[in-house]
Amino acid sequence: MSDTSDMGDESVPARPDLFDKFDPLVAQYDGLIASGHRDPFHLQMDQILSPTRAVVNGKEIILVGTYNYMGMTFDPDVIEAGQKALAEFGAGTTGSRVLNGTFQGHAECEAALREFYDMEHAMVFSTGYQANLGLMSAIAGRGDYIVLDADSHASIYDGCAMGNADVVRFKHNDVADLEKRLKRIPEGAGVLVVLEGVYSMVGDIAPLKEMVAVAKAAGAMIAVDEAHAMGFFGENGRGVFEQAGVEDDVDFVVGTFSKSVGTVGGFIVSNHPKFEVLRFVARPYVYTASLPPAVVACSATSIRKLRYAYDKRIHLWEASRHLHRSLREAGFTLGTDTAQSAIIAVKMPDQETSARMWAALIDEGVYVNMVPPQATPGLHLLRCSLCADHTKEQVEEIIARFKRAAATAELPLEI
Amino acid sequence: MTDKATVLPRLIEIIEPFNKKDIELNADTSFAKDLELDSLTVMDLVAEIEDEYDILLPVNMLPDLETIGDVAGAVAKIKSA
Ligand SMILES: Cc1ncc(COP(=O)(O)O)c(C=O)c1O
Repeated sequence: MSDTSDMGDESVPARPDLFDKFDPLVAQYDGLIASGHRDPFHLQMDQILSPTRAVVNGKEIILVGTYNYMGMTFDPDVIEAGQKALAEFGAGTTGSRVLNGTFQGHAECEAALREFYDMEHAMVFSTGYQANLGLMSAIAGRGDYIVLDADSHASIYDGCAMGNADVVRFKHNDVADLEKRLKRIPEGAGVLVVLEGVYSMVGDIAPLKEMVAVAKAAGAMIAVDEAHAMGFFGENGRGVFEQAGVEDDVDFVVGTFSKSVGTVGGFIVSNHPKFEVLRFVARPYVYTASLPPAVVACSATSIRKLRYAYDKRIHLWEASRHLHRSLREAGFTLGTDTAQSAIIAVKMPDQETSARMWAALIDEGVYVNMVPPQATPGLHLLRCSLCADHTKEQVEEIIARFKRAAATAELPLEI
Repeated sequence: MTDKATVLPRLIEIIEPFNKKDIELNADTSFAKDLELDSLTVMDLVAEIEDEYDILLPVNMLPDLETIGDVAGAVAKIKSA
């Protein structure tokens, strides 16, 4: 229907345009584009040459913001498994996991996860976002409490918003604050404490040993989201909870295939004897289609290889520490004092400089994430994430290009 | 005894340092419209109120607490529960 605003139909009450509420955001975005910078949120990768190289506008760039930590996206065994499943099982499942959407590949993927984590139960969701929605919304009901870190991922907050539990936040990574809040929870209420191994904003890790001890002492159940740690923390690559030695005290581990595994999908693993009932009560598991056969086949193969990817783990840590040290020495302000994970966040003084620096990096042939300001209130971050496939030469190139881009963008460095 | 009327004066004292616009604070003052607090500041303020009264103000309760009077009522209700 065309514009009816001047027809003056008295019977239709005047109402606001539902999009008006987004005007400030649109104005902010328009301002960014009007200042003559490239648009950081609509970049198109025309070709992907490898886990670390792509072509944008006819020019080759180094990818330093993909979360493709272990470089599994082009692993020959992973690709072969996917091609075979695509040919044998077709393009999609056209169904929910609880109806026609559980194929041999989904079961295989869950078996690979049980083996990888050495746990009794594994449940594969269509994304990690949905895994968190499913867990948070289903297990804590009215009168129960979910206690979460203030910097928790959006999927954890959204899962809480879907459920009926009372939601209590504690200060980011603050053990004493967590303990204080746990003490105020009424007797008899069920409690789930939700933690993350690595926090993706600045790449810092949680003091899991201390936090888990405090949560256990309060009688709480514990879920740890290891999205940014799977593959390279701990002897077997299980995550920060393995490295911290708290495997026996964590009730649920949530994860994603969209980072180290190199595909798409999410999961929860657990030893809880009643865990399987989640397949009926977690709505984001039930009311959506399951992952395509090629995706679960790629994922299962990738997970099985990640367990033994010792050399990749060592190399990723070396590259992360080297990039962190070099950027720091060059005078950049970083989100953490040392490299705590494969995420290295570079702090920018303001939105304008951030956009200029991001564009200068693209011109130099380096892609990093420009974190949308809504995700990190009060902070302007350019986020790097390293890949086990970044060569020593590439890391040196990244450092040199960062220095040249800072000069172009007139970013003040502290030397 | 903790009722809304006894909570209110102390609550206003706690909120005063967050009153960057230096407006007059009373039961009808709105956190979003009058004080224009951003989400980070709200979190700090909530923590201070929780510590003062040794209670929890769950995140899911916050959308219903629009004014200082609403918070005073909620605190009184939790304390006398
Ligand atoms: C901590 C955390 N949890 C969950 C997710 C969601 O993962 P997915 O991309 O599989 O939806 C992410 C990724 O953005 C994350 O960073």
